[in-house]
Amino acid sequence: MSGAALTSLEDRQLAPFLQTRLVEFVRLARSNNFQVGVAEELDAQIVALKCGLGSSMRLRWGLRALLCSDQDDWQRFDELYDAFWHPSNVKSRYSNAAGGRAKKRPEARSPAESTRQEDIPSSDADSQCADDSHETPGGGGTREGASFTASLAKTDFQALTDPDEMRAVEALVDQLARKMRKRAIRRQHLSKNGKKIHLRKTFRNSLRFGGTPLVLNYKERIKRQPRLVLIVDVSRSMSMYSFFFLRFARALVSVFRDVSVFAYHTQLLPITEALRQTDLIRVRNSLAMMSQGWSGGTRIGESLATFNDKYGQILNSRSIAVIVSDGLDTGDPGYLAMQLARIKPRCRKLVWLNPLLGRSGYEPVSQGMQAALPYLDMFAPAHNLNSLQLLEPELTRL
Amino acid sequence: MEGEDRVTALQARLAEAGYIAERSLSASLLLFTEMQRPLLLEGDAGVGKTEIAHVVARVFDCPLIRLQCYEGLDVNSAVYEWNYQHQLLSIKLLEQDKVSAENAEHAIFSKRFLLERPLLAAISQPQSPVLLIDEIDRADEEFEAYLLELLSDFQVSIPELGTITATSKPYVVITSNGTRELSDALRRRCFYHYVDYPEFDKELRIVNARLPEVGLQLSRQVVAFVQDLRKLDLRKKPGVAETLDWAAALLKLGINSLDAEPQLLLDTLVCLLKTREDSIRLEPFEVERLVARAL
Repeated sequence: MSGAALTSLEDRQLAPFLQTRLVEFVRLARSNNFQVGVAEELDAQIVALKCGLGSSMRLRWGLRALLCSDQDDWQRFDELYDAFWHPSNVKSRYSNAAGGRAKKRPEARSPAESTRQEDIPSSDADSQCADDSHETPGGGGTREGASFTASLAKTDFQALTDPDEMRAVEALVDQLARKMRKRAIRRQHLSKNGKKIHLRKTFRNSLRFGGTPLVLNYKERIKRQPRLVLIVDVSRSMSMYSFFFLRFARALVSVFRDVSVFAYHTQLLPITEALRQTDLIRVRNSLAMMSQGWSGGTRIGESLATFNDKYGQILNSRSIAVIVSDGLDTGDPGYLAMQLARIKPRCRKLVWLNPLLGRSGYEPVSQGMQAALPYLDMFAPAHNLNSLQLLEPELTRL
Repeated sequence: MEGEDRVTALQARLAEAGYIAERSLSASLLLFTEMQRPLLLEGDAGVGKTEIAHVVARVFDCPLIRLQCYEGLDVNSAVYEWNYQHQLLSIKLLEQDKVSAENAEHAIFSKRFLLERPLLAAISQPQSPVLLIDEIDRADEEFEAYLLELLSDFQVSIPELGTITATSKPYVVITSNGTRELSDALRRRCFYHYVDYPEFDKELRIVNARLPEVGLQLSRQVVAFVQDLRKLDLRKKPGVAETLDWAAALLKLGINSLDAEPQLLLDTLVCLLKTREDSIRLEPFEVERLVARAL
């Protein structure tokens, strides 16, 4: 075991070899979506020195504190660590991009082949990257965004990159952003129209007049656009529309300062960060990676429950929650209603956009939709750009 | 195995100060104090994130300065503010003394009239304090950016007074509850530790350490009950603080075993269940089942 090997050697003698290994480890972490860079490669050396190489547990904990930056990283770290430092014990399912020790498998897999793929945005450009991934039997396959067993067509997200469509959506969103009614928050700023005296500024100005406050300055609360929380259904029944909404979501993310986007199918995933990447190809790849293994019926209720349990805290009194779905649900409508009842009091407005509503003759008679209706502040069609444009005055009024 | 020893030593000192920590947390804390890099703690409410800062202050015998974040927190309430009333009064006094305007300004914008808020206080101590920035996610992005700047430069510039450089580098503990996604820049600048609900053994030790008068039998039952309760599908899972509250409540009511007085027990569940849905969800027969398992 490499842990035992480390203990037998002196720190200083080991340095060059260990330095390389540490850098490799940090790079491996980076290729597995840890938010680390060159600074962490240097810090890892310091951490290793501080922790002393004699104790492998301390090194593990030290590097974990250094390299992790959220709960997801935290839960993945141990496996990554073992895969790197004790490779014989653990069957790695992490891409070994940094070490270059794993066998390269440069050929792209066919979508049907059920291998795990890690999301490496840069893999297109970087020929060094080889997704070396083995199937771990059973368990462990439920982690979000990282690994699913089956794979699904990437074509859903293909149309995301059509430039003309993109521009049209961006124009609409820009317009929306400009018109979106702003609401006061608690932070205050200097303002001519304010009603409260800005003591600090007034006092500063009064110095000119020997301390008599002749000119009064006022302050008022800053106004901000509401927080948007978009929950998009990307199930198969929605596949005609989902790319369109993801494009809409991407435009929202780039224009509004406070937007969170989630996509769900059988499970719910946060995709805001994926949408935020500037390179469209990367956006598409990330989304395709995330969505691997999505198939089977839509479970709106369960997905919203995940949202409530894990991300419910992002809703506040300034948020508008927008659910985009056709309401064709294989789950229990009562459960869906229960989850909506939990969302409703935590946000300002709850909006449901249903693409099917645009079709002539469609009535929201599906059980899921019927259960949902009482909780909605707004229920509107949204099947193309036009319908969204018509929606604009409604959305800005909310 | 020197490193391991120091972790054990710190763990023992934390326990002495009344905080039961796992070895991995002790290791993170050791690294945090050695490298003086901010420590970002995340975890559900009630798992003892804030308490970590308190206990570090106790163990290293240094002052604790706490900044509670909230929406709309700005520089004036986090870093410094001038004492306007005081300044106005002294202007009047200076006027009577016929002091020139320039001198008056100099006198008024001096440290005497500066009200130190937590962040400024934290960098101007003679001894490095523990700076607890609680629930950073409640403050807005602008404040987070400002904080980043402060944490990298350790200096504050006040237009009227000039730049104040830190005389002490605080140990910064930041907690977050996830109401807002924190910036990657902040996450990268910090060590990260995820604080989870404690396991049975650890929670039992916490209860025994905090409330030794509860007794081994009852504390064992209480902890087993709460551990099972957390596995249920509740809206608000009870944290360690709730466990302690409940144990204290049972103690007050003179209950020394969970099966002693079923009705009274149901009444005490208000300590654990904090929403209406949860208290409806947990029906009496379910409580009985949990009690039976806990005994």
